[in-house]
Amino acid sequence: MNKNKEKSMFAKEYFWRSLMTAGGLFVILLTIVIGAFLVYKGSATFTVFGHSLWEFIGTAEWAPEDSMAGGGAVGSLIFLVGSLTTCLLALIIATPFSLGTAIFMTDISPKFGERFYRPVVEIFAGIPSVVYGWVGLTVLVPAIKTVFDRQVGHSVLAAGIVLAVMIFPTITSVSADAIRSVPQDCRMAAYGLGSTRWQAIYRVVIPAAKPGILSGVILGLARAFGEALAVAMVIGQTTALPTSIFSTTKTLTTEIAAQMGNAMEGGETKSALWSMALLLFLISLFFIFLIHHFSKQREYAAKQ
Amino acid sequence: MKQKVRRSQRVDRGMTFVFYAVAFFFFALLFAFASKVILGGLAGATPEMFGFLRKGSIGNQLFNTVYLVFLSLLFSVPIGVSAGIYLAMYAKQGKATRFLCLCIETLSSLPSIVVGLFGYLVFLVFFGMGKSLMAGALSVSILTLPLITKTTEDAIKDLPPGYFQASMGVGATKWQSVFHVLLPACVPRIMTGVILAAGRGFGEAAALLYTTGSGSDLRWGNWDITSPTCPFNPFRPAETLSIQIWNLQTNGQDRDLANLASAVLMILVLVFSIAANALSRRISRKNSGEKS
Repeated sequence: MNKNKEKSMFAKEYFWRSLMTAGGLFVILLTIVIGAFLVYKGSATFTVFGHSLWEFIGTAEWAPEDSMAGGGAVGSLIFLVGSLTTCLLALIIATPFSLGTAIFMTDISPKFGERFYRPVVEIFAGIPSVVYGWVGLTVLVPAIKTVFDRQVGHSVLAAGIVLAVMIFPTITSVSADAIRSVPQDCRMAAYGLGSTRWQAIYRVVIPAAKPGILSGVILGLARAFGEALAVAMVIGQTTALPTSIFSTTKTLTTEIAAQMGNAMEGGETKSALWSMALLLFLISLFFIFLIHHFSKQREYAAKQ
Repeated sequence: MKQKVRRSQRVDRGMTFVFYAVAFFFFALLFAFASKVILGGLAGATPEMFGFLRKGSIGNQLFNTVYLVFLSLLFSVPIGVSAGIYLAMYAKQGKATRFLCLCIETLSSLPSIVVGLFGYLVFLVFFGMGKSLMAGALSVSILTLPLITKTTEDAIKDLPPGYFQASMGVGATKWQSVFHVLLPACVPRIMTGVILAAGRGFGEAAALLYTTGSGSDLRWGNWDITSPTCPFNPFRPAETLSIQIWNLQTNGQDRDLANLASAVLMILVLVFSIAANALSRRISRKNSGEKS
């Protein structure tokens, strides 16, 4: 009897252990399968339709044939440039504000920041992107149209502002964490040497928290890069390279979102769209690599 | 020298003012944003919009959103929690574990449109499901899986080591200690993660664009689960709130309805994130209370 019980206990132990391991393996498998599918589907542009890599990311002629025969042009430079400009614009707008807010939360008014500001910022990180897009479309686009006296308000600028508001909470909360983890002794030492609060922040706290702040910026950038629908609502969707921040254009994600439903399965258009998805995947891998790089720097700095 | 001191004091005061201004500006902006969406949405609403009509209402879409998130949690919670337990308790330090962590990071930073494409390819093209709630729910569960895994792992790892040691000390096996001691102690924190995941699921749109389609024709009172108009049939096309906003935007009609849909979506997400926040605050208060 007792022996039987012991045996079933062991059986249970192994059963549950393998079930948990299966959960872990599933996550690995899922990631590999997603990566493999993207590579398999995305490489068709180059293997089946015989376009060169340079043609894909280096030229701006986008006229793929929606058929198995192919023969169109798959230059997606427009979308790449569109993505880059909107995201960079968003970063330029959001980073100074986020940093200022993060410092306000940690060093200027820690009590109010910790109790009140921080939860609010965290809650805003979860607001759905379509809502941002919709507000951008109904408020921001008409505003840009009247303030700058343009024919249409849809523009790179509108997309950049919408993305900036979207990634502001992400950058703020990550860099606030980084700034908070700078030891209080560093600040005290700076004050002891007679520096003002701004001098302590500018010369001691920010350099010490730099890797963490950069991680936050990259996380925000990654979020902006992957955003599709909010950008699609305000960017105007014209297939042309942007000439100024007021011009309309397209990004990688918006083009995928707009065209995928119409394209023929196995056709050249669809393959090119898959290649763009693969490009997005590679870019997000690159961001992860950067974040790892910065966190390693942080560990190194902590050891010193 | 004196001048230099005075100058840096002036700069200090100036920068303090700048920080206050920046913080106040964004606070005001977020506040204005939230009140514009919620109040503006509710102000333009008519009573019919809250109904369950085929067109021009948000009732069916709201139901679809909640049902879709529920279905997606059915998948992502068991898998995520077990992967989290594996990482915290069973995984040995090594290349495989590091790779698993990298995979979780990769999954969590995947653009949602890419996940949507993957879902479209696998569930629609390969398994031939047709645009359905289920395909959308599975895609959303891919997006929420890393969050749940990570919270479970962190929750178990942050428990005091005494929990596990005491349980092992009275003769429990590893699994018994995990299931009867560690997991119950982490339930609140895992719940917080699940609520956050649900919040993310509510607002997801890009991943659903090509997986759930846009059907809103439901017949309440039709309980034949295989019929495409039965509300609970998971294999019917379904329009969620976020997709509804997107569709209204492309069709360019009925602004008030889209405003209302955004307001309801925002309230839904706010309620969930405030709940998660309150829960995690209670946990940290409880934990710090135990220590003293």
